[in-house]
Amino acid sequence: MTQPVLKAENITRDYHVKGGLWGKSKTVNALKGINFEVHEGKTLAIVGESGCGKSTLARILTLIDPATSGDLKIDGQSINIAKTKLTPELRQKVQIVFQNPYGSLNPRQKIGKVLEEPLLLNTKKTAGERKKLADEMLVKVGLGPEHYHRYPHMFSGGQRQRIAIARALMLTPRLLVLDEPVSALDLSVQAQILNLLADLQEELNLTYVFISHDLSVVKYIADEVLVMYFGEVVEHRSRDEIFANPQHEYTQTLFAATPRADVESIRERLSN
Amino acid sequence: MSLLEIENLRVEFDTSSGVFRALDGVSYSVDPGEVLAIVGESGSGKSVAMLALMGLLPKTAKVSADKLLFNGQDLKTLNPKQRRKLIGSEIAMIFQEPIASLNPCFNVGFQLNEALKTHTDLGKAARRDRCLELLNDVGIPDPKSRLKSYPHQMSGGQCQRVMIAMAIACSPKLLIADEPTTALDVTIQRQILELLMNLQQQTKMALIMITHDMGVVAQTADRVIVQYKGKLMEEAPVLDLFESPKNPYTKALLSALPENATGDRLPTVADFVQA
Repeated sequence: MTQPVLKAENITRDYHVKGGLWGKSKTVNALKGINFEVHEGKTLAIVGESGCGKSTLARILTLIDPATSGDLKIDGQSINIAKTKLTPELRQKVQIVFQNPYGSLNPRQKIGKVLEEPLLLNTKKTAGERKKLADEMLVKVGLGPEHYHRYPHMFSGGQRQRIAIARALMLTPRLLVLDEPVSALDLSVQAQILNLLADLQEELNLTYVFISHDLSVVKYIADEVLVMYFGEVVEHRSRDEIFANPQHEYTQTLFAATPRADVESIRERLSN
Repeated sequence: MSLLEIENLRVEFDTSSGVFRALDGVSYSVDPGEVLAIVGESGSGKSVAMLALMGLLPKTAKVSADKLLFNGQDLKTLNPKQRRKLIGSEIAMIFQEPIASLNPCFNVGFQLNEALKTHTDLGKAARRDRCLELLNDVGIPDPKSRLKSYPHQMSGGQCQRVMIAMAIACSPKLLIADEPTTALDVTIQRQILELLMNLQQQTKMALIMITHDMGVVAQTADRVIVQYKGKLMEEAPVLDLFESPKNPYTKALLSALPENATGDRLPTVADFVQA
């Protein structure tokens, strides 16, 4: 078996909430010991409701926040950003795409500069090289070099999400964390972005951690599914197994609550 | 007679780059006690039609229609005072962001009471009883203590329940729900949809459900209207629409659903509709 790109062992994260003038301070256990691994070229989907710790986990995986305890290994290398400083090499391995393409791009920065910034900060490439790479990346995500000098407000939601994906790919990462990348988009645009992600994964052999609450999207894109509930993993199995036969009670509730858009379920509803 | 009749509704906005037509000659009607779903992506004009109906569009919008009738009453010729009387009592609306739609400075009881005070002539004690009854109807536990809660002390699902309570406070004939569950988790979404459908069946009010989620449409609607770029694409009973969509755009929308994926990649609208 090959070495996993990402391995999480017993990751926990506590948030300390200070009490007010008279209140007691308390500790929120946002993550209570998460274990999983992702292999190269695969997609792991993380599913759960708001408040279950999905985004906390995403921040830890992308080395934005440190874990309170536990071991995070990327390409077999153990990383603890609370102890050691983050190197540019590490930065290049993991990148993130956020949910809201309207909030994640600086409105005063031209698209070309948005794409070049990761290179500027983490590599020693010259201006000419950076420009060339940015142009190439724009084409790769379905935009064009003519978009280089435009500002974010000139793009639609779907195009902005393409830009956010392009920015994440500028450093040719091994692992891409996608935090609800399509939930702010329309159905038809969502399909385009999902196709783009599938194309890129094939072309660049990328590994995805795909965070979502939309089970129909997860069913389409994931290889493995991890279901979280109040900071714990309640179920972690392959996509086909989990959709065919959800074991945990919470997974079953989640599946039952997802609205189904097929003819049989409409017939069933109308006959009642 | 239909409850709401819209014929050839047009809405235009004057912008610096010329006139933008948000709605282009849309006609449909809603019968009493019917659940109509309006589907479309952002910019398709689904909310604009409802805002035009309620007179909530900004002054820059130009609204014209051959017919805009609610319950036999012409909405075009209403003066603001008459309109305010109608809206909130006979037509009510709930919005997408429950937490943003409630006033953070007042408690829930005050805001519910306000709707009743404006539109009914109930006394103070009767209004309080009605408030408790409403909160109970929308499934909020311990309504008595909740009356004193502020919006920030409640979850998104509970805020949406309060919004629904406010909307049904005066037993409207028509309830417009503009993406009522988009901001909520799926498990909460299910509860809210069930609540809406139960209320609709009990009170026999008409319900317009604006959404972009085909799953929500499949679970709630009797009849569906599909809009695209301000034009009406297709109108059909819900089963017919899912079984045999006629319009290419509807076909595109249904095949873009990830759960209907057959091949390796999802088909997109461009595969079906020429821009």
